[in-house]
Amino acid sequence: MKSFTYERATSAPDAASKAVSIPGAKFIAGGTNLLDLMKLEIEAPRHLIDVNGLGFDKIEDTADGGLRIGALVNNTALAADARVRRSYGVLSRALLAGASGQLRNKATTAGNLLQRTRCPYFYDTNQPCNKRQPGSGCAAIGGFSRQLAVIGSSEACIATHPSDMAVAMRVLDATVETVNAQGQARNIPIAEFHRLPEATPHIETTLAPGELITAVTLPAPAGGQHLYRKVRDRASYAFALISVAAVIQPDGTGRVAVGGVAHKPWRIDEADAQLPRGAKAVAERLFTGARPTPENGFKVPLAERALASVIHEARAS
Amino acid sequence: MTEPGELEMSRRCLIASGTAGAIVSGAGRAIAQPAPAAPDAAMPVTFDVNGTQQRLSLDPRTTLLDALREHLHLTGTKKGCDHGQCGACTVIVDGMRINSCLTLAVMHEGSRITTVEGLGTAESPHPMQAAFVKHDGFQCGYCTPGQICSAVAVLDEIKRGIPSHASASLTEAPQVTNAEMRERMSGNICRCGAYSNILDAMAEIAGRDA
Ligand SMILES: Cc1cc2nc3c(=O)[nH]c(=O)nc-3n(C[C@H](O)[C@H](O)[C@H](O)COP(=O)(O)OP(=O)(O)OC[C@H]3O[C@@H](n4cnc5c(N)ncnc54)[C@H](O)[C@@H]3O)c2cc1C
Ligand code: SF4
Ligand code: FES
Ligand code: FES
Repeated sequence: MKSFTYERATSAPDAASKAVSIPGAKFIAGGTNLLDLMKLEIEAPRHLIDVNGLGFDKIEDTADGGLRIGALVNNTALAADARVRRSYGVLSRALLAGASGQLRNKATTAGNLLQRTRCPYFYDTNQPCNKRQPGSGCAAIGGFSRQLAVIGSSEACIATHPSDMAVAMRVLDATVETVNAQGQARNIPIAEFHRLPEATPHIETTLAPGELITAVTLPAPAGGQHLYRKVRDRASYAFALISVAAVIQPDGTGRVAVGGVAHKPWRIDEADAQLPRGAKAVAERLFTGARPTPENGFKVPLAERALASVIHEARAS
Repeated sequence: MTEPGELEMSRRCLIASGTAGAIVSGAGRAIAQPAPAAPDAAMPVTFDVNGTQQRLSLDPRTTLLDALREHLHLTGTKKGCDHGQCGACTVIVDGMRINSCLTLAVMHEGSRITTVEGLGTAESPHPMQAAFVKHDGFQCGYCTPGQICSAVAVLDEIKRGIPSHASASLTEAPQVTNAEMRERMSGNICRCGAYSNILDAMAEIAGRDA
């Protein structure tokens, strides 16, 4: 690990302004992704700003009947919150399908959204990777790509976003609240938060440098059946091959987002509209323009079948 | 250290730790990172470990795991992967089990930390430690301190009503079932495969048969 200096942030605007003014500064929350990558020197911040003491560890009701989840609320606390369990079950289920009990106790809401890809070549510092080292090439294209993206990928990068929680946040139309170095707050709809790789896969979100996430808000509950189906190589403690987050209403309408297939949680409005017609119609629209590799083509039918199973379960209950 | 596998392993650890000294002198020892801090880079941190207040001056890179093992010489907590993938380093911090390899010691100012040494002693073991012995919940024993810390915390998590991936309902309190305990223990890997005996030990403490 490269050496760094460390400080505990005293206020959100102060943290954001220091993140811009101190060269090589980075926020640290749970540390479960950042420290992993620092040990491999894939990340090498020169200064760490610990945001744990800022008081962003509360879940509050909002005036319009939704929830405001502090950026530092850990994944266990969020999954176990009675309001989340009752009215946003897809979020609890997605969180509980991710990582391990120990990791969820540390992992935070903001850190989870910002966790980096699990592309094996991103992790292997002997390999070219445009995300790790812009302009170096992409070893995954033509390499082992079984776990990688089938849609929304580019000539520069075919990585996926590994988060389970983010897929649920996408289906729930969450909003990311931030504060920047000038102390200005803004709200970013989750649909616009994660970027597709295009020619700059190292730029993963629409956050500005130094912009600090303070909370993630959920609109008033959408009702319906909340389902999360994760398909992985072992039954627990493994990243998704694909996952499906769905909110399905009694009349068969609803919304669906898919994880493990793209550089961001994958949701298409017109695909949502196909839900009453069944999984095939939804999957056809979701995966229009898909470009799977020879190794990961299985993800498209797998996602369709997971979707069929979710729709079946929603109808049965 | 001439086995090809060991050499390869050492190279990985070398890359990860950025310190050659640990490798050279590391035969039979967990590879610590980083090397002892230069005095000017060190930061003070105070936390409670197993009921004793500890004041340390550490290179900020020091993980909680390395602080416990290398600085406080509490070598019960083990380093398996150093990347959050195995659970050997599990300790209980402020009532929550965490992977001590993926957190910095300096982030734990004022924390209360319980390691396997703090749960019980050879003379007066914690009931979970005694149950692991009774049910043969280990073979080589390397994963065991992490398994025991996790097992204690898992039963507490179920008691506190925290749901899991195995819980059929999100709105009802989770029960102590085999499926619940297995799912919740998935963050602790045992390469000897002592899983079923670990489950027996946990079931005994939870007051039911596995
Ligand atoms: C073995 C293993 C298995 C895992 N399995 C899964 C899985 O199955 N599913 C899954 O979804 N995840 C999984 N994870 C990933 C885990 O969910 C993430 O590591 C975790 O959510 C990251 O949160 P953190 O708070 O620890 O982030 P950190 O590591 O602290 O930070 C991550 C990034 O976010 C930035 N950041 C943190 N807080 C803020 C803020 N408030 N504002 C702006 N930037 C911020 C940091 O600068 C850093 O770049 C796994 C991890 C491990 C190690
Ligand atoms: S797919 Fe993306 S992350 Fe993986 S090697 Fe290529 S550029 Fe890097
Ligand atoms: S050593 Fe921490 S999880 Fe393996
Ligand atoms: S007892 Fe040997 S690794 Fe678990």
